[in-house]
Amino acid sequence: MTSPSTQPPAFTHRLPPALRPIRPILTAEDWILRGLLVLMVFWLLVGVVFPLWPMVVRSLQDPQGNWVGLANYRAYLSNAALATSLGNSFYIAIATTLISVVLAFIYAYGLTRTAMWGKPVFQILALLPLYIPPLAHAIGLIYLFGNQGIVTTGFFGQLPGWNINLYGANGIIIGETLYCFPQALVILTTALSLTDARLYEAAQALRTSPVRTFFTVTLPSIKYGILSAIFVCFTLAFTDFGVPKVVGGNFNVLATDIYKQVIGQQNFAMGATVSVFLLIPTVIAFICDRIVQRRQTSLVSARSVPLQPTPKPWLDSLLFSFCAIVALSFILIFLTIIAASLIKVWPYNFTPSLRHFNFKTAGGGGYGAYWNSLRMSFYTAIFGTIVVFISAYLVEKGKGLQWLRSLSYFLSTLPLALPGLVLGLAYVFFFNKPTWQFLLGTVPNPFNFLYGTMALLVVCNIVHFYTVCFLTANTALKQLDQEFEAVSASMAVPFYKTFWRVTVPLCLPTILGIGMYYFVNAMVTVSAIIFLYPANLPLASVAIVNMDDAGDIAAAAAMSTLIVVTSLAVRVLYWLLTRPLEKRTQAWLKRA
Amino acid sequence: MDQPYLEIENVSKVFGKFVALYDIYLDVYPGEFVCLLGPSGCGKTTLLRIIAGLEVQTTGRVIQAGRDISRLPPAKRDFGIVFQSYALFPNLTASQNIAYGLQNSRTPPAVINARVEELLQMVGLGSMGGKYPAQLSGGQQQRVALARALALSPGLLLLDEPLSALDAKVRASLRGEITQLQKRLGVTTVMVTHDQTEALAMADRIVVMDQGHIVQVGPPREIYQQPLTPFVANFIGVMNTLPGVILAESGGGTDRSLGQIRCGLQTIAADLDGLPANSFITVAIRPEDIQVLALDTPLTRDLTNRLETTVQAVEFLGTGYRLTLALQAHPEQVLLADLSANDARQWEIGVGRSLTIQLPPHLLRLFPAQAPAAVGSAATTHPASAKVIEPS
Repeated sequence: MTSPSTQPPAFTHRLPPALRPIRPILTAEDWILRGLLVLMVFWLLVGVVFPLWPMVVRSLQDPQGNWVGLANYRAYLSNAALATSLGNSFYIAIATTLISVVLAFIYAYGLTRTAMWGKPVFQILALLPLYIPPLAHAIGLIYLFGNQGIVTTGFFGQLPGWNINLYGANGIIIGETLYCFPQALVILTTALSLTDARLYEAAQALRTSPVRTFFTVTLPSIKYGILSAIFVCFTLAFTDFGVPKVVGGNFNVLATDIYKQVIGQQNFAMGATVSVFLLIPTVIAFICDRIVQRRQTSLVSARSVPLQPTPKPWLDSLLFSFCAIVALSFILIFLTIIAASLIKVWPYNFTPSLRHFNFKTAGGGGYGAYWNSLRMSFYTAIFGTIVVFISAYLVEKGKGLQWLRSLSYFLSTLPLALPGLVLGLAYVFFFNKPTWQFLLGTVPNPFNFLYGTMALLVVCNIVHFYTVCFLTANTALKQLDQEFEAVSASMAVPFYKTFWRVTVPLCLPTILGIGMYYFVNAMVTVSAIIFLYPANLPLASVAIVNMDDAGDIAAAAAMSTLIVVTSLAVRVLYWLLTRPLEKRTQAWLKRA
Repeated sequence: MDQPYLEIENVSKVFGKFVALYDIYLDVYPGEFVCLLGPSGCGKTTLLRIIAGLEVQTTGRVIQAGRDISRLPPAKRDFGIVFQSYALFPNLTASQNIAYGLQNSRTPPAVINARVEELLQMVGLGSMGGKYPAQLSGGQQQRVALARALALSPGLLLLDEPLSALDAKVRASLRGEITQLQKRLGVTTVMVTHDQTEALAMADRIVVMDQGHIVQVGPPREIYQQPLTPFVANFIGVMNTLPGVILAESGGGTDRSLGQIRCGLQTIAADLDGLPANSFITVAIRPEDIQVLALDTPLTRDLTNRLETTVQAVEFLGTGYRLTLALQAHPEQVLLADLSANDARQWEIGVGRSLTIQLPPHLLRLFPAQAPAAVGSAATTHPASAKVIEPS
C-alpha cells in the first residue's frame, strides 16, 4: 500500500494558491445561535450604550433644551461650590481606597497565609457589610458617632465622650470603607489563595528571609489583585450616593450634586453635565482595570501545590487581634442598626418596641415599598440570571461570528464602568422621551412604553449589576471541557439539548449564585433607581433616603433592618439550597 | 485496490498569517488504521478537526465514502470522536453518556438499553454502567468515551491523542485493546498522536507530519527503516548522524561495489543510492544497528566500517544498555549504540573502556546535506560537529 500522497521532502513555505474559500453550510442550529447572539447584542446596545447618548446630548443643552455647547461644563467648573465637589469626590475616593485596600489586604493575609484561629468565622463576618445597604451603614454610624451617638456621648454620659465630627468627610470615608472593604477583600483573598507552595519552599531552601520572601514572592504574585482592588474601591467610593447623602452634611460630592440638581432643582441639563464628570474617572479606572487584567497571566498551574500556612504564634495572634477588631466593628454597626430600629425613643426611652416598624407615620411608602422591592429583586434575580447565563453561553460556547461575540463580551463588561446614578439618569433621558429626533424627522420611541414600569426598574438593575454576573458565568463556562459541544455535534445532538442536559446542571451552583447576587443587590441599591422609580412604585431602599430626609431616622433604621434581614435570609436560603448541590457538582468535576 | 474511504484533497488551513496546513493530500482506505504523527504544532490535530468538521479548511476538499463533506457541519457528517480529555459529561453515568447520541435518534428505550449493554461489554466495562465518570479511572473513562463514539456505528472513528492522559501501563494495554476492537469492527480510523511508539504499535499506516506538511506516509516498518528525511529518522526512534562527503562512487567495503564516504579522518563504505561524488551528506544509523564487536573478534573478518571508540557513558535501560561512544579519531563525535544485557555483562563494559564497533553498510542511511558553513579546508578536515539528536 504505497501511497502516492508522499510529498517531496523539500518544503515550500508559501501560501496555497488563493482558491474560493470554503464556506460551511449553515444549519438551522447555526441560525438559532446567530439569531440569539444578535438579540443579545441588541439588548446590550439598548440597555447599556444607547441610553448614554441622550445624556451626553442633554449635557450640551440648557434647561429649555437649546444647544449651548460646553457652556454647562464651563458653568460647572467656574462655580466654586460645584467645583469643590469634584475635589471632594476625589479626596473621598482616594482616602477610602487607601484605607480599605490596606485593611482588606491585612485581613485577607490573615485569612489565607496564617494559621490563626477562627478563619471560617472571620471569612463570613467580613462579608456581612455586603448585605447591608450603604445607606444603612450611614444610619448605623449616626447612632454611633452622630450628635446623640453612643460613642459621641460616651455611652450617654457613662464614659468620656468622643466626637469624631461624623457629618462631613470623616463620616463619608468611614461609611465608604465599610462599603468597599468586603469588595476588596473578595478580590485579595482570591489573589492570595492562588499561590504555589513550591515557590515558598524554594525561597526557604535558598535561605531567603521572610521579609524578602514577602517582597519577592508574595507581592509580585498578587500585584494584579491589588491593582484590581484599587480600581474597584475607587469606582465604588467615587460614585456612591447613599453614604454622602446621609452623613455628608455640608460636604458635597459629585453624586449628591447630581441628586440635588435633578431632584432639588429639576435641572436635568446640569445633572447630565455632572454625570459626565462622574463618568470620566470611572471609565478611566475601568480601562486601566481591563489592561491590568489582560496582562495578568496565571502563575498557578494545575500542578501547583496549595500553601499550608505554618503556625507562627507571634504573627498569628497579631493578625487575629486585627481581624477581631475589624469583624467586631462590623458586628457593632450591624447590631446598632437593629437596636436603633427596636428602641422606643433614642436616647431617652430604651424600652424595646416595634413601633418604628409601623411605617404609617413615616413617608416613603412603608410596607408597600418593601413589597415592591421584594418583587423587583425577585424579578431581577430570575430574568437577570437567565439573560446573563444565556449570553455568557453564547459568547463562550457559540461558534462563528467571532467579531459579534467579542463585541458582546465587551458590551457585557461595560456596565462596570457606569455609576448607578449615571445609568439611572441616562435611562430617564432615553426611555422618557416620547419621540426621537433623527436627521429626517421624528419617530416615536419604541421603548417609551417601559417608562415608569416595574419592568424598566428590573432592566435597570439587571444592567447595573450585569458585569460581575456575566464574568462569573463566563468563568464557570470556561471551566467546562471545551469539547462537550464537539462531542455532541459528532452524535448529531443539537446544542440546546446539551445546554439543558449538561451545561446547566454543571453550572447550577453558579447560576444560583448569580441569582442571589442579583437579589441582594437589587434589594439594597439606591443609586440606579432613585431617578427612575415612579410614584406608584415606592421602593424600600429609596424609602430610607426619604425617611432620613424627613428626619425620621428611627424609621429609616427599621427599614434598613428589614432589608438586611431579608438579604441575609436569602443568603441562608441559598446556602441551604446549594450545599448538597455543591457536593454533587464537586464530585462531578473532580478528575479521577 | 479498493476505493479510498476518506480522501483529503489539496487541503490547506490558514489562521490569520499562520499557515497550519499546506496542500495536504491523503487517502485512507476502508478498515484502515491511520496515525497522524508529528511534533506539537505540526498541524495533525488541525487536520483531524477538519475531517470532523470542527474546523473549516481554507481550501481543499474532504470526501468521505464518495460524498464531498467539505461544507457539512459536524452534525451532518458520519464519525465518532474520542478526545484526549475524554470529554465525558460528568453529570451523566457511563451508560447515560453512551446512550446520549442514541436517545436523540428516536430509538426505542429497550433497543437503546440493549445497545448500551452491548457497548459496555465490548469495552470491558460490563458492570460499570451506573457509575459517574469521576468514579472511574482514567483508562475506564477513556473506554466509556470510546464506547460513546462507537454507539452510533459511525463509518469513521477519530481519535485525538486518546491515550496521552493515561499512565504508561494503562496506555500500553489500552493500545492493544483499541487496535483489536478496531480490527474486529473494521471501522476506518484516524488517530492523532505525538507518541511514535504508539503510532508504530497501532497503525496500519503512519502519516508523519512536520510544519503543516506531510513528510512521509507508509507502514510502520517502512517509516522506521527507510525514513525519507533526517526529520523522520529522528522523530521515529533514535538516530545517530555523522556529517560526511562522498569521495567515490565505488571502491568502498570488501566487495568494492559500495561508495566511499569521508567522515572526518575515517572512510566509511555505504550504498550511495545514486548520490553523486563530492556531495555533502549526513550518514545516519540507529543505535540498535551498530554492532559492538566482541574483543575476540578476529581481525581476519570483514574490516569494513570498523571504528575505534571509547565508552563515555553507560545507561541502563532494563532490557539492555545504551552506550555513549566517542570516536577515538574524533572524541567530540559521539554515537549511541545498544548492547544486550548479556553482552554487556560478559564483556564488562564500563566507562573509559575501548570498544571496536562496526557500521553495517546496508543499514546506513544517507541524506543529502548542506555544505558545512566553515570556510577553508572544511572538506578535508571535516569537523565532526554532528550531534546525536534524541526524539522530542
